[in-house]
Amino acid sequence: MKPIDPLKVQETITSLSGKKLYVHLETTNGAYATHKNASFFSAGAFIRNVQLTFLHGSIKGKGPYRIGLETELGWLYAEGLTDWEIDTLDRVLFAGHDQDGKLAIALQLSEQPFPK
Amino acid sequence: MERHVLVVFPHPDDEAFGVAGTILSHTTNSTPVTYICLTLGEMGRNMGRPLIASRETLPEIRKKELDEACKLLGITDLRHFGMRDKTVEFTDQKVLIDRILQVIKEVNPSLVITFYPGYSVHPDHDATGAAVIQAIQKLPSSERPTVHALAFSKDCEDVIGPPDVINDVANYSSNKLQVMEAHESQTAGMIDALKEAFLKKDEAAVARLTVERFWTYPIHNDRP
Repeated sequence: MKPIDPLKVQETITSLSGKKLYVHLETTNGAYATHKNASFFSAGAFIRNVQLTFLHGSIKGKGPYRIGLETELGWLYAEGLTDWEIDTLDRVLFAGHDQDGKLAIALQLSEQPFPK
Repeated sequence: MERHVLVVFPHPDDEAFGVAGTILSHTTNSTPVTYICLTLGEMGRNMGRPLIASRETLPEIRKKELDEACKLLGITDLRHFGMRDKTVEFTDQKVLIDRILQVIKEVNPSLVITFYPGYSVHPDHDATGAAVIQAIQKLPSSERPTVHALAFSKDCEDVIGPPDVINDVANYSSNKLQVMEAHESQTAGMIDALKEAFLKKDEAAVARLTVERFWTYPIHNDRP
């Protein structure tokens, strides 16, 4: 992955609007967060291969970045994004890595389902 | 000396931290070791330093790292169960218990090493240990292997007491470090500090690389 270039990301998001996509969206503090710090409230979620078509979307912020996608009935929102790539399978992968390089959030869009 | 050792863990690298020295002591004795690894650690947060993985490339990278770790450990029978990281407790437990039982019946281990259910911090660890215990409970008492369980939750000794199996693995400390290093995407952020602490004879680092502690799991017929 490489650091996000917001102009290129915006072009990519615009090119995906209206398409039937599969989404992987995830936030995580890691399974050891509370073990390492008892006062830390650990929360996270992931959803993989939910189908989504968005009407329009954009990237905002000065880095880390936010992405919002408006759908007919609702929204997808992600914040804390730092890196991205379009991989060899044409999947658009965004991730947010913390100061230690650990993944804190992932937002991924693909026209084909991700492997289960 | 054991007849056959079966190791069951959910994530590549679980075999490195708490048990690598013990596994090496068995494989050095020519005791066959079978390792069931339930997932490929697909949902790990560590992506290498510098970043070498994405959420989608991480499984393949960790699979290769696990192959290398098994080579260093002398494990020739590695079984992938193809499950997804974080989902072990949610999968069909009956199916998982039965798959583990089939492997136990096939390799007929005298010793099984897994996590202590309820005291192993990560939900996948606890679920793995619970499934292994329930698989063994399906065997007649006389055919049940011994279980050495690994626990590390903060409160574990208050409840289950101190570990009764203390393995001195000092002879394997450098090999154990290599096994940890093989899981590069996961350990790159800590391995240099650990090596340095070990060389300086830091108490925690020395303990980590020279002593491995287990609890013999009391297998009766209660559900873990």
